[in-house]
Parts: sequence; structure tokens; C-alpha cells
Amino acid sequence: MKREYDVLVVGGGPGGAYAAKTFAEKGFSVLLTEKRPAIGAPVRCAEGVGKALLHEFFKPEDAWVAAEIDKANIIAPDGFKMELAPENAGSEVGYVLDRKIFDRDLIWQAAAAGAEIQVKTRAVSPLMENGAVKGAILHQGGVAHEVRAGLTIAADGVESKFSRWCGVDTTVPLREMETCAQYLLTGIDIDPHATEFYVGNSLAPAGYVWIFPKGDKTANVGVGIGGDRGKPGNRPIDYLNRFVQKHYPNGKTIELIAGGVSICQPLPCTVANSLMIVGDAARVSDPLTGGGIYAALYTGRLAGEVGAKALEKGDTSSNELMPYDKTWRGSYLGKALERNYQIKEVFVKMNDDDLNAIVHSVSKMNLSDFNTLNLIKNIITANPKLAIKFGKAGLKSFLDSF
Amino acid sequence: MIEVHREICAYCGCCVSVCPEGALELVDAYLDIDANTCIECGICVRVCPLGALEAKK
Repeated sequence: MKREYDVLVVGGGPGGAYAAKTFAEKGFSVLLTEKRPAIGAPVRCAEGVGKALLHEFFKPEDAWVAAEIDKANIIAPDGFKMELAPENAGSEVGYVLDRKIFDRDLIWQAAAAGAEIQVKTRAVSPLMENGAVKGAILHQGGVAHEVRAGLTIAADGVESKFSRWCGVDTTVPLREMETCAQYLLTGIDIDPHATEFYVGNSLAPAGYVWIFPKGDKTANVGVGIGGDRGKPGNRPIDYLNRFVQKHYPNGKTIELIAGGVSICQPLPCTVANSLMIVGDAARVSDPLTGGGIYAALYTGRLAGEVGAKALEKGDTSSNELMPYDKTWRGSYLGKALERNYQIKEVFVKMNDDDLNAIVHSVSKMNLSDFNTLNLIKNIITANPKLAIKFGKAGLKSFLDSF
Repeated sequence: MIEVHREICAYCGCCVSVCPEGALELVDAYLDIDANTCIECGICVRVCPLGALEAKK
């Protein structure tokens, strides 16, 4: 480990790896630190990603893909099942990845591009000088190292402590922290190419149950609930155990995964002087689905592109870094986050009657012209009282997001 | 004070992000609580997916 780099990346998930790779390819010296001893483990993810979205970055390696998904089923509280088939499932047609392999391969790519990687190395505080981030104190093997950097990328995931230490408030409101538990179950009878989503307040209040296949007879089966909904005996692990007992009593659990995903709005600003915040740390995971892989890759790469220009100019002030913030907000990602936030705000207020009504009415629609706006218009026409839950302001900001 | 039941905690970090005081830190495979910063609001206890945190009087 050297004492100075052009770029310090804190965190070795997809966002950090892609940022490190992008900077290294442009010839900058890069240090990426990961606090854990292994990249990609423990997994904190249901591992689903849209095919078209992943293809923006690469053609996936066979080893990354645990399953290819061609349809999604949504199951209403009353048990009614609605199928979203390929031609109208939108970005839900996708892959279920093997994150342990995927994440490690991304780090491998960053290393191959020239980035230095240090594992079991934890950033414990930023070096702040005149209101700018000039690197960090890193702890490795019981020794503190002061590492200076022209630009620091906070890619430290859902905890997002690094930015907090730099003075950016990254606290997630309790009700906007989806709290999740998941088993990797094997020996279960599933459609290996269909994801399933169960909604309902007795199964997953302010959340959903997911079944994401990972090959024949194996799937990630998980539950996410609103952070303010958990109680002793009714925590995510309890909901999960009850669901599995009912639906897959003979399934064998080969992995337990816990985790939280923020379903709040993105940070109001994702840059500071000599600091850029990417991925989950920037709160850019999808507030409706909880998906964050694409957002991490997108913001990681964009941070590399914008940050490189600032470094070349010799000015990494927040003004010079602002194009990063503006660009992702104006992109497909930024608009999808805004729209899905509004939908989520309605979703979490729905009772089981609302959820039943929606799933039934959507199943009756002609989905040849399927897009989210048409879907919402149709849902509101079929269920006028839902418009009231949306509220005037919510509806306007939702429609403005297109 | 908040007690971490280490035999239950899966060190996922869910609690870290909701702590209004930044008193929680996920250090590799264990959760660390800074007793001087913690205001014992109990938000972390509520959000834990596994029930690994307990508020002790």
C-alpha cells in the first residue's frame, strides 16, 4: 500500500469495483479497499437484475448467471396469480446472478485494469482538509495507514458510514429501511425460469416475498418488510420461516442471508469536495423493487468518467463533480427512482383489499402496450379510490417523472 | 444499553444505516456499538431482521 493515490475507492461491491476499473483504465493510480476478507461474501442480495440493464455494461459470463428468467408471477393476498410474460414483463426479464462470483470477477477486472486492491482493510475516518476529503485513515492488520488521494469514492454500501463521517447525512428513516431475510433453499419444486412475488400484509407488510430461482430446484426465497413493521415474533426471519414452512416444508436451507435495503429517496447531493458517493451508499437502490446492482454499476462508471475529467483539470471541488450528480438524476436511472419512489409510497399504504383489486385488474388489462405509465393509469381507472392514496402532490410528481 | 446477541446477528449492517447518531459500526464480521454515542432510542432493535439486538435497562 502506497501513501498516496489519485483515487481511493472505499468498498469492493459492484459500484466500487466499476469505479476503480474506470479510473484505472484511464491511467489513474487507484486503491480500492474492502473491509471484509473476501469480495462478494457474505452476500446481501436477492441477486436479480434486468437483462437489458446488465447488457449496458457487459455480456455476462456464464459463471455469473445462476438462472435466466423469462417471466414473473405476482401472487395477490387472496392467492390469485398474475403472470407477466416476456413481451410485457419489461425489465423483470432478467438474470439471477451468483453475486459471489460476479462481485469477485468485477474486482478482478478492476485489478486487471491496474487498480490496487486491499482486503480486510477498513476506512475508519476521512482525512479532511479545508472542507475537502483528502483520503482516509485505513486500518489493516491492526495498523493504521494514512492514505492520501486526490479523489475519494464512497462505495461502502448500505451502511454508508464514510460519507457520514465526511459530513453528509446518510441516515435512512426507519420506515424507509426495508429489512430482509432470505434462505437459499434447495430441493424445492419451482419453475426455474420464473420469479415470483407474493404481496400481502400478513406475508410481508410494506414489502413482499420473493422467489428467485438459482437453477433447478433451488432459489433465493426471501422476505422484506418495512423497517417500522417488525416486532418480536414478527421480524423478517419469522415471516420467512412461516412462508417456507407453508410453501416449501421439505426445502433444505443451504444459506441464510440477512440485510437491509434503503427505499428512501436518493441523497439530496451525491458529491462533496473531492468526494463522490455511488451505489447503495448514495441511496440509489430502487425504492419499489429494492434492486441496486444496475444503479451501483451505473453510478460507479459515471463517477469514474466525471471524476477523471475533474482530476485531469486539477480541480475536484464539488462544483466540478456536480455533473456526476446531475447526469444520473437526469438519466433513465434517476427518473425510474423518482417514479418508483412515488409508487412505493402508495404501495406501502395498501391493505390486502387494495392489493387484490390491483392484481386482479392488471390481469384483465390488454398488456400489449405495457409500460409503467399505462399500467398506473389503468390501475387508477379500475380502482379510483387508490388515486386518493396517491394524493394530489404524489400523483403530479409521479406523472412529471416521465 | 443495547446488547448484541452475537449468536443471532448475521452482521448484515441493516441497523447501521438507521442509527440517527452513527453509533453503530459493522467491523468485518461483528457489530460494534459506541456506548458513548448511543442514545438508546431502540431504532436498531426494531429494524434488525433477525432480532439480534436487545435494549437492556
